[in-house]
Amino acid sequence: MEKLLELLEQDCTMPVSALAAAAGVSEEEAKAAIKKYEDDRTILGYQAIVDWDRVRRETVTALIEVNVTPQSKDGFDRIAERIYQYDEVESMYLMSGSFDLTVIISGRTLREVAQFVGERLAPIQGVTGTATHFILKKYKEKHLVFRPQDPEEREYIFV
Amino acid sequence: MNYDNILNEKIQNIKPSGIRKFFDILEEMTDAISLGIGEPDFVTPWHIRDAGIYSLERGHTKYTSNAGMLQLRREIAAYLNRRFDLQYDYASQILVTVGGSEAIDLALRVLVNPGEEVIVPTPSFVCYGPLAEMAGGMPKYLELKAENQFRLTPEELRSAITDKTKVLVLPFPCNPTGGTMDRKDLEAIAEVLKGTDIMVISDEIYAELTYGRRHVSPANLTDLYDRTVVVNGFSKSHAMTGWRMGYVCAPKPIVAAMTKLHQFGIMSAPTTSQYAAVEAMRNGDGDIEHMREEYDRRRRYLVENLNRIGLSCFEPKGAFYVFPDVRSTGLSSEEFCEKFLLEEKVAVIPGSAFGPGGEGFVRACYAASMKDIAEAVARMDNFLTNLRRKQGREG
Repeated sequence: MEKLLELLEQDCTMPVSALAAAAGVSEEEAKAAIKKYEDDRTILGYQAIVDWDRVRRETVTALIEVNVTPQSKDGFDRIAERIYQYDEVESMYLMSGSFDLTVIISGRTLREVAQFVGERLAPIQGVTGTATHFILKKYKEKHLVFRPQDPEEREYIFV
Repeated sequence: MNYDNILNEKIQNIKPSGIRKFFDILEEMTDAISLGIGEPDFVTPWHIRDAGIYSLERGHTKYTSNAGMLQLRREIAAYLNRRFDLQYDYASQILVTVGGSEAIDLALRVLVNPGEEVIVPTPSFVCYGPLAEMAGGMPKYLELKAENQFRLTPEELRSAITDKTKVLVLPFPCNPTGGTMDRKDLEAIAEVLKGTDIMVISDEIYAELTYGRRHVSPANLTDLYDRTVVVNGFSKSHAMTGWRMGYVCAPKPIVAAMTKLHQFGIMSAPTTSQYAAVEAMRNGDGDIEHMREEYDRRRRYLVENLNRIGLSCFEPKGAFYVFPDVRSTGLSSEEFCEKFLLEEKVAVIPGSAFGPGGEGFVRACYAASMKDIAEAVARMDNFLTNLRRKQGREG
């Protein structure tokens, strides 16, 4: 059934009949498996990947490196939770290496990001430092390339 | 000027394909789905494209040797051995061509004398007959049967052989039927050919797209090796149609003759494409497996669903086509395709375009996205339901 997850990750708009055939299971089995995955939150949700630059250009995506002091009982999780609860946070990861957390914020203006870092993130107790990087251009996300398709100019051929 | 008096008679007698009109309709349509073109929907894998680009950066822009770069021929020999257990000497038995098409043309032209017959099993890809005619030969179409899964049987072959027969074309895995020949089918063919001088041109361009087992070439059989010309290429296996990279393997004197002709007509296959092809041979086996797995999923889906909605469809074991039987609709294959295109905006190709034996069937290519295929099936279901309702009213 892992095949189903791979297929859904590639394209969650595929009809169940096609998913089932591709995974080599019956339609009923596929439906049941998807239901189970949704219920146990193996599948967290379904979202579109949008090239916002094609619609509006004033918003930015920021990647913020955060250093924190882990707490004795809960480690990083407690402080992480205090950060990711903010709606502004799109994604967040615990990292190995020279900083502790990566916080990604998108769809905001420059000012909003600055405000979030200065007024919300940095003052949190246990946060010892931040470094904010703005993403200048997106090339690829989730295997999808941010580039309009080249127009097909070829006449139909018979092969 | 009256060009009818000027143009070569043979080329004038070759009729253009009747399916052009479908494409004209299709080009005018928005949101149409095409399962009409027999071409991988994948882009050539990046590492192969990159090798082509890198060769240009390095300034490799000159002709190669006529037969193709030695390193490429060496890689092809190793590949054929690794993947299909075929033995060819890279220096004297392999010629790199401009697609499999050039290889077929060359093979026919170096083998056929005026008036000699070329047995072309049909339905099959449309090039063999016209190329045989231009080579001075006489195509002799041999109709394959759905009840034999469109395989060539020894009885059929025997009935087609005359004292003028020079070449047998074996187009397997087959475009448009998806039919394949396994070892015992080929052994039976070998038995019929024993003692004759008939040569086999085996078009194996879909060899890597064989499902559930490994492709068997006639050249795998000791009895057929000396009379077989193997045509293959990179278009289907590595999604490289636009690079025009093919090759042909045969006994030494035949490759020598083809190389002679190739050097006059072509000089050498495109250099950039040859560098890309070297990379494809060295590091492309994983790409083949990946694409085949994808095609296989779509194949199973399409066969299962066409049968479910009432179009009987035998399970093709090769290539990327299904060839459902549409006779139950009471329409000719051309009527079926035209109506289906106009009413549901899905293009499939009438079987009649592929020669005798194709009437009553249509070809749908599943080298398309699963989404398009699923949508095409839904539209087909709708089309058939409407058709039956209409026919019910009329009947």
